[in-house]
Amino acid sequence: MRVDLEGIGLDGGGDLLLKRALRRLPDGGGLEVTGSHPELALQLRTWARIAGLGHEPADAATGRPARLIRTERFEHAPTERAGRAGLDGVADHAPPHWGLAGRSAEVELGGPTFDFGLVDKAELWADDAARLYARAAAAQWDPDSAIDWTAPIEHDEEIEDAVVQVMTYLIENETAALLVPARFLARLHPHFREVMQLLAMQAAEEARHIEVFTRRALMRRPALGLSTTGGQASLKTLIDEPDFALASFLLSVMGEGSFLVLLDFLHQTGPDPITRAVCRLAAQDEARHVAFGLAHLRRHAQEDPALPARLAQAMHRRHAELAQTAGLNERVFESLTLMAAGGYAPHAIARGHARVMQLQADMDMARRTSLAKLGFPAEEAAALSRLHTRNFM
Amino acid sequence: MTSTFILGAVAYDPKVVTIWDGFKDHFAANGLAFDYILYSNYEAQVRGQFAGHCHVAWNSPLAWIEAERLAARQGRTARAVAMRDTDRDLTSVVVARRDSGIAGPADLKGRKVAVGAVDSPQATLIPLEHLAAAGLAAGSDFEVVHFNIGEGKHGDHIGGERDAARALMAGEVDACCILDANRLLFAREATLPSERTVVIAETEPFDHCNFTVLDDAPEALVRRFVEILLAMSFSDPAVRPLLEMEGLRQWLPGRTTGYGALNRAVDRTGFLEPFLDG
Repeated sequence: MRVDLEGIGLDGGGDLLLKRALRRLPDGGGLEVTGSHPELALQLRTWARIAGLGHEPADAATGRPARLIRTERFEHAPTERAGRAGLDGVADHAPPHWGLAGRSAEVELGGPTFDFGLVDKAELWADDAARLYARAAAAQWDPDSAIDWTAPIEHDEEIEDAVVQVMTYLIENETAALLVPARFLARLHPHFREVMQLLAMQAAEEARHIEVFTRRALMRRPALGLSTTGGQASLKTLIDEPDFALASFLLSVMGEGSFLVLLDFLHQTGPDPITRAVCRLAAQDEARHVAFGLAHLRRHAQEDPALPARLAQAMHRRHAELAQTAGLNERVFESLTLMAAGGYAPHAIARGHARVMQLQADMDMARRTSLAKLGFPAEEAAALSRLHTRNFM
Repeated sequence: MTSTFILGAVAYDPKVVTIWDGFKDHFAANGLAFDYILYSNYEAQVRGQFAGHCHVAWNSPLAWIEAERLAARQGRTARAVAMRDTDRDLTSVVVARRDSGIAGPADLKGRKVAVGAVDSPQATLIPLEHLAAAGLAAGSDFEVVHFNIGEGKHGDHIGGERDAARALMAGEVDACCILDANRLLFAREATLPSERTVVIAETEPFDHCNFTVLDDAPEALVRRFVEILLAMSFSDPAVRPLLEMEGLRQWLPGRTTGYGALNRAVDRTGFLEPFLDG
């Protein structure tokens, strides 16, 4: 075989032509190289040494051109396919040496190994992940244009204080809802691309929720409201949960499931258009988070019949941990009541109180429905739902 | 020290620790208890080996000659037991700007020539020997401008050659001396574009590093060490990263026939006398 490099050198792309030709040769095969680059002889000798090739210089006397000889040392990196590209090619177990390679990539062996903790399809995969990701990607909204920040705020100062207090509570809950998927995202093997994308989207969505709730809270006030020890203690149990299934269950299914009902409530009862809008938009995103949590836990439970018992234990454990705390921040409860009441007239307060009672009943029903979807019998679902943190999340 | 085989290496870069830790594991997996000592410079390593601190030294070509000559003075012998495939038949080149009118070594008279570290075989000693053999004495026929990075490390750090190449392109010097592989590398990365520069001289081929042992090295351990090295395969994913970091695809038996130019260089300049007399 012969390659004529014409005027180009190995510093100008000539090596690409040589490699192409060499790849077609068997070990021991020779490639004659000609060309007019002034340093071609020097370059060929140097490159052959570096690339693990044999080399015979050109012989001016006989007119024989330079030859490169392919050896077993040339481009013999053993490789392995990182699964197959499609959803049917997701491996049950993703080995650490596939690392950051995309699914179906040809991975050179001998590279670094990564300490991903979540590597088993059974514990993290949802058959719906690709569809949920696509839906999330299509549903992103721009806080500047999606919300009319110039809409009027006409309620009195006490109601505004209630809004600020509820926003303060929402912000720290959303912060927990950002950090929990973000921590698992960093441990997830990237082979499970759709789940990785979905968790990333989830974290980004919570970031946006934090933004809009903060913006709303600070429209009329220089600072946020009260953050309580009980609220933070409840959220800390979510942050500290090291098990993906349990954290996902407590956060997405129980917590965000309840939260979704709360956001709907605020969308209905919010005293101004901005409050109602930010809660409506946040609720759209949260619904997907709940759907993913349910989808992968249902799949996980099918593969691991012991999972529901572990989930139930987690509920009991968390309940016991939080038994001594105050539960929902009283000021949040009062603020929700006042917002639903629309003022301090006793009959209004009574109406507000009733609506907040109904809110809690709705949350309970939402949790029981989710628990039933995970296979819990109705009675057990009802009992477990009652154990849920009084902080809602 | 008799059961664990000790290697000396010069820490010219932080990756040296990664490399020898990796080799340590590989030797252990193949039944050879192995450890290493790092030196900050080759002269300390050569003296350390003669003091019995290590059984084998991963020597630069200059350190090999230091060991060989020190051994001869002491009535001892040194030998090279293994080397990389990439240690054989290197050349160095002298490069000038195409527009400078310099076409060959004779045109360097009265000019400035950039070289690497003062103790770099490939970027200083061997190319200056080549010019000397062509009748051009460094310092009198032309001015030598050193780009010293890591003195004592015998030019292992590429930075000196890169600085010399940059000085050439900046017009601060009229020529620079670099290794053939760096000529190709610097041309590719456009530090030294080949369309604006020209190779005006090329040295004879020379060899680079080798594993050096002295006559008191434990023979069975040396043999096992070399066996394990020579059996390493570039297609084995477990050892390939080590080989890539160390810049080779195959270990070869040591040879000492490729150090003629460097021997002549140190003879001509007396470069090693202070070390050997020290």
